[in-house]
Amino acid sequence: MTVLTAPDKRPDKPPAASGRRRRSRTVPPFALNLAALTLGITVWAVATSAHLVDVPGPLSVGSRALQMAGDGTLGEDALASLRRVFLGFALGTLLAVPVGFLMGWYPLARGLLEPYVQFFRTVPPLAIIPLAIVTMGIGETPKVFVIFLAAFLSSVVAAFQGVIGVDSTLVNAARVLGARDRVIFLKVVVPAATPFLLVGMRIGLGASWATVVAAELIAADKGLGYEMMHAQTYYDLPTIFVGLISIGVIGLVMDRLLLRAERHLTAWQERR
Amino acid sequence: MKPSLSKSDASDASAAPDGFDASAAKISFRGAGKTFPLKQGEFTALDEVSLDIADREFVTVVGPSGCGKSTLLNLAAGLAEPTTGQVLVDGAVVTGPGPERGVIFQQYALFPWLTVRGNVEFGLKLTSLSAAERRRKADHAIELVGLADFADALPKTLSGGMKQRCAIARAYAVDPDVLLMDEPFGALDALTRVQMQDQLLDTWTRERRTVLFVTHDVDEAVYLARRVVVMAARPGRVHRVIEVDLPYPRTEELRLSPEFARIRNEVWHAVYHQEPAGSVAPVT
Repeated sequence: MTVLTAPDKRPDKPPAASGRRRRSRTVPPFALNLAALTLGITVWAVATSAHLVDVPGPLSVGSRALQMAGDGTLGEDALASLRRVFLGFALGTLLAVPVGFLMGWYPLARGLLEPYVQFFRTVPPLAIIPLAIVTMGIGETPKVFVIFLAAFLSSVVAAFQGVIGVDSTLVNAARVLGARDRVIFLKVVVPAATPFLLVGMRIGLGASWATVVAAELIAADKGLGYEMMHAQTYYDLPTIFVGLISIGVIGLVMDRLLLRAERHLTAWQERR
Repeated sequence: MKPSLSKSDASDASAAPDGFDASAAKISFRGAGKTFPLKQGEFTALDEVSLDIADREFVTVVGPSGCGKSTLLNLAAGLAEPTTGQVLVDGAVVTGPGPERGVIFQQYALFPWLTVRGNVEFGLKLTSLSAAERRRKADHAIELVGLADFADALPKTLSGGMKQRCAIARAYAVDPDVLLMDEPFGALDALTRVQMQDQLLDTWTRERRTVLFVTHDVDEAVYLARRVVVMAARPGRVHRVIEVDLPYPRTEELRLSPEFARIRNEVWHAVYHQEPAGSVAPVT
């Protein structure tokens, strides 16, 4: 508990000046996050050293992480996983944007494409892996393909929803100023749908990351998922923990980066 | 400035659709009606309206909700198509929206990702004007509505009145002959509304345009217009057209004058004490 109070000290300063209501607002969320993290690690350390649970403690996991980082395996694995994710995510999003906008803009395209999109949305990308491995071999292609599918499906639906959700008054405002379809699409629909698309991309990136790890669990010779699978065979729990934590941290960093980009690109939005 | 139009321009709205001199009217509704299909039968939003609006005239349309006043405006804007009759602007049948007819919406309809200047330049970018010329016109329109200090602000930072002024500047920028305003001040507080009315009249006197202004506020309708079109509901139709024989520029004294009160009462009565539609029941 002593650990908890230390980072808590900071937020204690401002309330003296302002009221109770302001205090809860002025607590830096970062301090709260740090406190929660410290508490979590403390609980983990206490629970493992008291042998309440039979898993490695933070210290052994930490030293394994240092060792794996030192001999390069951690970086190599993370890089292998990240490369697959970025390739699949980039391809998926690149295709999702035109397809989603097309579906939102032209009822014909919507009618033709929607059954497929809705169908594949209900199939978890991971369920495609057996098929992908049989038809595409065990190389990089099937893994990138399922990630592509995961990213594509979440972004395409978001782009499509963004387009059909565009406020018709904005479209009318452009029309009465003399804008024709092409201008309305590029100058009104695309910017108005961007916030939706970015949310879809964030979900897509999360889905891609989840998919890559699972895909590596099934078939890979490199990557964070593979490393964990490999460690499982040797009851190497610290390595599994290192893998899990790396996956979580990398996923979180990617999400925060995209969130920051999203905030920047949609700063014009009125937020509540 | 006195209205430069002769009385004869303001033809009686109840006149037959035929026999209009199209050249005299800027906007001409000729038996224009709009029905929407329902599960059973149809709903008549607007029942064959015939109405002429002269060049540079300021006409307001007032009536209870459901009287089709917004439909009337949308027909002139080209955002809706009449199911009967037609709407002519400058003698040509309206087939769609166009930059010569500026529209101001109640919900402002500003592009939230563009600054005030970006919004005002939106219509100008669709023309062949050079960037410098565009900028000059946009700045002129922004100046006209008093938003010069906010030219680079995003709409989310503006108050309701400022947003609407920006929307008005956006419409002015492309220099339309006709201004169609759909309850533009409806969402503003009473004080801001009065200020906006004075400002609108001020800009209108400086740059005369034909204005068709829809409102549900009787005071506003009388204060702004040379003629008030009172509409009735079920089916939406023109009930009466009341001349406002008061000189421009209109001032606060005028707003409080007995003549104003007399016309206001007349319009009020026409709006709120309409005889039931009777023989013209909705088509079912």
